[in-house]
Amino acid sequence: MASVEITKERIEKLKAGHKVLAEFRYEPPAVEKGYAGQSLYVNLSDNEIAAKPVDEMMKKTFVGGRGFDLWLLWNAVNGETKWDSPENEVVIAAGPIGGITQYPGTGKSIAVSISPLTGSVVDSNVGGYFGPLLKFAGFDAIEVQGLANEEVIVLIDGDEGLVQILEAPEESVNSHQLAEEMAAVFAQKPAEKRGISSVSAGVGADHTRMGCLNFSFYDTRREVARLKQAGRGGIGTVLRHKKVKALVVKYSGLKGDSNHPDDLETIQETGARMHREIYERDPIMFEMRKDGTNHLTKIMNDYDILPVHNFRYGAHPDAEKIYSPNFQKYFEYAGPDGCWYGCTMACAKFARGFTLRSGPYKGQTITVDGPEYETVAGIGANCGIWDADAVLEANFYCDTYGIDTISFGTSLAFAMECYEEGILNSEITGGLALNFGDGDAMLEILHQMGRGEGFGVVVGQGIRRMKQIFADYGADPQFLQDIGMEVKGLEYSEYVTKESLAQQAGYGLANKGPQHDEAWLIFMDAVNNQIPTFQDKAEALHYFPMWRTWFGLNGLCKLPWNDVEPADNRTRYSGMDAAKVPEHVQNYVQLFRSVTGRQDIESGDDLVRMSEIVYNFQRVFNLKMGYGTREHDAIPYRSAGPVTDLEYESRAERYDQQLIDLVGIVPSGMSTTEKRLALRRYREDQYNQLVDAVYERRGWNQDGIPTLATVRALGIDFPDVVEVIRAHTNGDE
Amino acid sequence: MQVALRYPYNSEVDYPVIRVNEKWDIPWQEGMTVSDVLAACEFTHQHVVVSVNGTAVPPDQHASWPVADGDRVQVIHIIGGG
Repeated sequence: MASVEITKERIEKLKAGHKVLAEFRYEPPAVEKGYAGQSLYVNLSDNEIAAKPVDEMMKKTFVGGRGFDLWLLWNAVNGETKWDSPENEVVIAAGPIGGITQYPGTGKSIAVSISPLTGSVVDSNVGGYFGPLLKFAGFDAIEVQGLANEEVIVLIDGDEGLVQILEAPEESVNSHQLAEEMAAVFAQKPAEKRGISSVSAGVGADHTRMGCLNFSFYDTRREVARLKQAGRGGIGTVLRHKKVKALVVKYSGLKGDSNHPDDLETIQETGARMHREIYERDPIMFEMRKDGTNHLTKIMNDYDILPVHNFRYGAHPDAEKIYSPNFQKYFEYAGPDGCWYGCTMACAKFARGFTLRSGPYKGQTITVDGPEYETVAGIGANCGIWDADAVLEANFYCDTYGIDTISFGTSLAFAMECYEEGILNSEITGGLALNFGDGDAMLEILHQMGRGEGFGVVVGQGIRRMKQIFADYGADPQFLQDIGMEVKGLEYSEYVTKESLAQQAGYGLANKGPQHDEAWLIFMDAVNNQIPTFQDKAEALHYFPMWRTWFGLNGLCKLPWNDVEPADNRTRYSGMDAAKVPEHVQNYVQLFRSVTGRQDIESGDDLVRMSEIVYNFQRVFNLKMGYGTREHDAIPYRSAGPVTDLEYESRAERYDQQLIDLVGIVPSGMSTTEKRLALRRYREDQYNQLVDAVYERRGWNQDGIPTLATVRALGIDFPDVVEVIRAHTNGDE
Repeated sequence: MQVALRYPYNSEVDYPVIRVNEKWDIPWQEGMTVSDVLAACEFTHQHVVVSVNGTAVPPDQHASWPVADGDRVQVIHIIGGG
């Protein structure tokens, strides 16, 4: 039984409001070797709908997914475009492998836009059914441009070959209700609900810069429209600014060969081998099928990597209160649970029977997916809230309000530290005592974001803007810079990086800002010590961001790559080679060849080359938008070391020893402040040296700009790309 | 708040040590095993590949595999992470 009941009367009322503003009929093309061969363009300002061809250049150069998104957006915006400019777009695509059902983790979509938080291009990946169903409905990508005059729904009906822009005055805005409404309204019969997926945000996205997108997938077993989030960068804010309540795709004809791959038999063989490996290995490795990503919380706490109190510390004695078992009582296990068909990794977790204690749905018993590790670590540990129920409630409200749990958690942790440091007071916060650990205050801030009032709106602007606002209250701008955990305007995801120089750069150099999906090197670097030199770290910071980018080009989830390993991986391979999981890389070579028929792709290096093209293109895209240079890769010092004496003293033995071993200073007789500053000089210098090494490895100049030789070698020396680079390098080669 | 120090750094000391991951020196004790080394480092992660002086030590022998003064122990944590 669904937790949100939609009555027949409600459905009729919603339908009655659906005035057709524009309509486009098309003959749905047969998907061939992973591509529909066209993209969908929707302009909400003038109600234009059109199909655009996807040509061979797009496939060869940009592959699909994030690559297609970036290319389409690049051609839609100019260097002056802001997130709220009419020409900004929300672009969504799956990728050529996306939508197959024979291999785990093949249902991802990637969304791209100009970000309200960073001012530059941002990408965010997400599960749910939208991307694959969009392709099978006939489109490899969708661009939504322009600003609607009234609230609208964009419907892509692949069964009928029909795209419509519909007025939507009656629909809910919050996603947990809206997704149910879309399934109820556009399904002619209950069985059709599984062929419907919506993309939506919520009222929180209306009032903050950190709006996320919810992608739905209908769970027929539980009769619930469930949600996955494209969280990062505020794309939900862009969607709501366009007055879009939902993008809805309908496609009922999904089959095992809907992607019409070149060689289904090889895909089936590769998938069967991987499924067997997951069945055998996951129970004795990470138990993703049982716990999902929240198994990480205990590991991170044990190794001093869990962010506590705005990244001051990496562990806390109360952390066990938010470990996986504290959430499992709400999980409804009805077998392994995935967000796309055929995923045996099945890390999704479904909570039912949770009764809300606050907000507009107070007293209601709801369902919610999650929580993922990032949510638990960000809203729980980083804000010092050791209350699993408060975290799960915040998870629900963040999702339905359309707010990114990572930016929310990291931003609130910053505000809480500012409150405890006396930079903020209850007069400024509207009476809220924003101390670490106050779950009720956390929820109230969240509801203020939903209502668009109070101090929640300030927190919802994100850390970069809070720093500017708080400086006006008289706070030391340098201190705010040191403790404000953002780079490029995007809030950090939830790992403490003080002891991992490589991960500091993994965050600092990430194209969209500090999100771990580009590089996650903490254990390899800080614990295993497998990349000890600058050159080792630079190689890792080339390979892994490129390799991880490849998943987003193809509609794939990263988890089946390295969250399970073949039994002999660590005996057959060692060092960084083992971390690449070569057997799985070869699986992906087989998948790509077998879907697309591209016999020129023979090795993992060929896959990485695809990513190098798109990754460098995105770097130049940043440059086009006024960013993309060295100054924008700078990190807040808390990412590198202790900002305050209190932090230093919490791990004084470690830091004192490092002064002796690494800096060559004998700390006896020095004050804590003197020792802290000496360590800071060393660590900041280390970071700069590593950035130099990474730029060189990537073929960039010392300002972080891809050289003309690099873009030529990658085949992306398009005239406008060259023009952007030349404008920032005085024409130097 | 005081959070426990997790692991020490290497340094010049005048007592017997074993070196872990070419990064940390752990005081050596008579009868020490691989399991003792993992405990001393507070390495709680269940999925590690251990070698002593380049020789792989199967997990079922961690509790019995002796570690001698001056041995070099490598402990590779297997974790996909974020």
